[in-house]
Formats: sequence, C-alpha cells, structure tokens
Amino acid sequence: MTDIGTPQSAAAQACDQRYFGALAEGRFEIPRCNSCGKHHFYPRLCCPYCGSQDLQWVAPSGLGQVYSVTIVRRADGDYTVVLIDLEEGPRLMSRVVGMPVEQVRIGLAVRARIDATEDGPLLVFTAQEGRA
Amino acid sequence: MNTNTSRASSRGSIAILGTGLAGMGHAGGATEQEIIAQASCQAIARSGLRKADIDGIITASLTSPWWVMRMAEYLGIRPRFSDSTMFGGSAFIAALKIAQLAIDAGECENVLICYGATPRSAPSSSKINQMRAELDPQPYEHPYKAFNPVSSYALAAARHMYEYGTTREQLAEVAVAARQWARLNPDAFSKKPLSVDDVINAKMISDPFTTLDCCLVTDGAGAIVVTSAQRAKALHAQPIYVLGSGFAHWHRQISCMEDLTVTPAVESGRKAFAQAGLRPADIDVVQLYDAFTINPILFLEDLGFCKKGEGGAFVSGGRIAPGGAFPMNTNGGGLSCVHPGMYSLFLIIEAVTQLRGEGMARQVNGAQTALVHGNGGVLSSEATAILSSEL
Repeated sequence: MTDIGTPQSAAAQACDQRYFGALAEGRFEIPRCNSCGKHHFYPRLCCPYCGSQDLQWVAPSGLGQVYSVTIVRRADGDYTVVLIDLEEGPRLMSRVVGMPVEQVRIGLAVRARIDATEDGPLLVFTAQEGRA
Repeated sequence: MNTNTSRASSRGSIAILGTGLAGMGHAGGATEQEIIAQASCQAIARSGLRKADIDGIITASLTSPWWVMRMAEYLGIRPRFSDSTMFGGSAFIAALKIAQLAIDAGECENVLICYGATPRSAPSSSKINQMRAELDPQPYEHPYKAFNPVSSYALAAARHMYEYGTTREQLAEVAVAARQWARLNPDAFSKKPLSVDDVINAKMISDPFTTLDCCLVTDGAGAIVVTSAQRAKALHAQPIYVLGSGFAHWHRQISCMEDLTVTPAVESGRKAFAQAGLRPADIDVVQLYDAFTINPILFLEDLGFCKKGEGGAFVSGGRIAPGGAFPMNTNGGGLSCVHPGMYSLFLIIEAVTQLRGEGMARQVNGAQTALVHGNGGVLSSEATAILSSEL
C-alpha cells in the first residue's frame, strides 16, 4: 500500500505512471479514498466522489462482471471490447480473452489477468472457472 | 434592455432569422473555412442584415482550437461577443442557450452560429488523427483498440438490447426511416432504397452495428443568425422563436458513463421543456441527432416521448418514417442526409425549414413546434432546444 501522495508530490506519483508501472511489475492496483472509502477508476489525484486527496493504492480482488460487450470486426481478426464492473465498484474498459468472442456475454463473471503484449502490459479478463 | 433574467421571461427571448447551407455532400475542393463563409454570408443576407450588423459569433472545430478567431477574421467580423465551447456534435444547439444568455444580457444583438467540415473531399490524414488523439489522451481506453466512436455506441446499444429486449430489427428501422425521408430531400446525400434486411446484412463492424447503422461521412456547412425576439419581428417575415433550450454533460469516455441506457438528454430535455413551458405531446416535429441507430431510441426515451426501454417499439412499424404518426429526422438525418463530423446545426436548419413550411415533398403539414436534440462525444454531451413559429 502506497500513499498516492499530497499535491506537492503529484509529479513524482503521477497516476498514469503509477498505474502502468504497477501493471508492468505484475500488480493490478487502483485507488481507494481514505475519506469516503470508495474505489475509483481511472486513477485520479482527487477522489471523484468526495474530492479528498487522501487516497491509497490497493489491490482489488480482480473479480468482476461484463457490463457490456462489442466485438470489433477486423480483417486481421475479431476481438472484444468490454466494460467490466469490478467487485469493488469501479467500471473499466478491457478485453475478454481465452474464449470465442461470440460467447462473451453481458453478465459473464470474469477474473483479471495481466498479459504481455507488443504495446506493453495489458489488463485483460478471462471467464471465472465454472461460471462461463 | 430586459433585465429580468427569470426563466419565464427568457422563454422565446431570441429568434432564428436566416439560415444558410453550403458544400453539402461534396464541397468540390473548397476548404471548410470557405464553405462555412459561404453558408454564413447566405444566412446573413437572408436575415435582412448586413455583415456589419453581426456582433456575435459562435463556432467550433474538431481540429483547430483557434477556430472562432480564424472564422471571424475570414468573415471580417469584430465580435462584441464570441464563444467556441467544444461539446462535440451537440455544440451548435448548446450555442442557442449561450447566444440567448448573451443577447438577453445585452452583450450583443445579432449572433452568427456557424460550422462546417470537409471530411469526404479532404479526409483527415493519419497525422491529424494522431494529433487529435494526443491532444485528448484516453490512456485507459486506447490500449483496447475500440473502433471509436462506433464501438462506444455499440456498447450502449448492446446494453439497451440486454436490459430492454430492443431488437436488431428495431435499430434498423431508424436507418430505413431516415433513408425514406432523404429520398424526399433534394439536399440529401444517400437516396438508394434501403430495407431492414439491407441494414442487418451489411458488413458488421462493431456488434451489433453494421456499416448502415452508422452516420455518413460527408462535407457540408451550415449557418444561422439569431437575434432578440423583439428585433426579429422587424427583420424577418417568419422568425422562429427559441422557446427553451438546455445542455448537459456527464462524462467524456464511455467507460465513465454511469448507465449506458440513460443519457444527459434527461437533463437537457428537462431544462428545455421547463423553459418553454411545454410537454412532449405539444411537439409537432422532432429532429434527433442520429449518429448511430441507437441514438434516437435513447433520446426518445430520455426526452419523455416514451418510457425508458420502449424506444425500440416506438420507432417500429414506420411510425417515424414519412406518413407515420411521429415525423422525425425529416431531412434524412446524419444517417442519410449530411454528416460533416458534427451535425447539430443541420438539425436546427431542418426544423426551421419545417416551421416555415418550406419542406416541399417532406413538409410536415401544419408544423408549429419542433424539438431539436444534439449529441456529442460518446453520449457525453447533450443539448435540446424547442423552436416555434409562434411565441
């Protein structure tokens, strides 16, 4: 657990750098507000719910549900773009992998995974075992 | 000067005078600045005004942050009031509210609202697209390579289908009705007959959307002039009064939209109806920004023309097509008439055409009140206005 920091340390702790730096080290971490207790995403230096700057990086469970899904049709292969509702509350854009794209449905229970891609580490989701 | 700024007094306090269109479809090599100037000069001439009478200007650009200064310079206007707020495609309906506040406050008298672009004849280079992405970074969405804006709207459509049972056929009905209206409009771009099956069987690009669920990419410029209702009567035989308007934005990126089936049109519509003192049942003709086929379905619900979840059934059976009970998007819309990147100014111009009885083959008989609704970003910003030929 690391403090996100005071405004004075904003440059050193810039959210994008902190988030993607953790992903590169194999950790999926998001901010939680110490004042109102809510998690948020994408990471900010100020809580979008209460405005507090007293925030902390925490590891979510990695479990969530598909809120919506579209299949992007490309000549070089189809893939999903999904919105995932994390168990802790926040929603994020991602991709469900490891199953045929047509089988990715709204409501699917999923688990986070960090994949190494050409463009760097990427947070993706797979179906929770036994719940596909 | 009227110093009473209450909602009641601002109802119908401004009116639309002349309108102008230029470079519709394909601008034939003219730049966006040139076709905007042509549309603007036409709108000013049709307003019973000289260019020197224009003391306010509102415009915005997808590319240049300096746009209002460039356009004022090109036209030779030194505005007392100007604005260039970037709300995306809804900007020019939001401009009606901004113009009303400025005119009511006495900041200026005659405001030119103008926009145009030439994405068909001069497509954005990959360099410009890359610059736009760098100037508006979305590092938490960009890595997933959504085909935006299509995929963001597709996510909203998929959720609406899941929650309310909206069907693929109902989405297609929106595109089919738009095409039927376009076939009655000499200015429309796409006129080939279109069926529900044609839409569904077209190339799938981001499920559930095929290419025919998506708006056109055409050239085109539009312009209108607005002034106080009091001056309007002396300047124009048929001023079109802005009875009410409102805008709202709740997010920028689709992943930050709280409920993909409820848009900020709920708020913009409530503000516009409250100021106008009207209800949905009072509206004769409706123009809703149809960037994608799901959009009018969402807006009909959020603006109160039907209940949440009933938009798909509402647009079915030819109800919104020519001859149907609910005339909507009578120029052919962004799906079949014109769509130069941002579209809302063309909604206003079509509503004015209808309220003046100048719609020829597509005229809605006896139309006295119109609702126009613009959308920007990815269901991010919404703007609504209620227009009337009567105060």
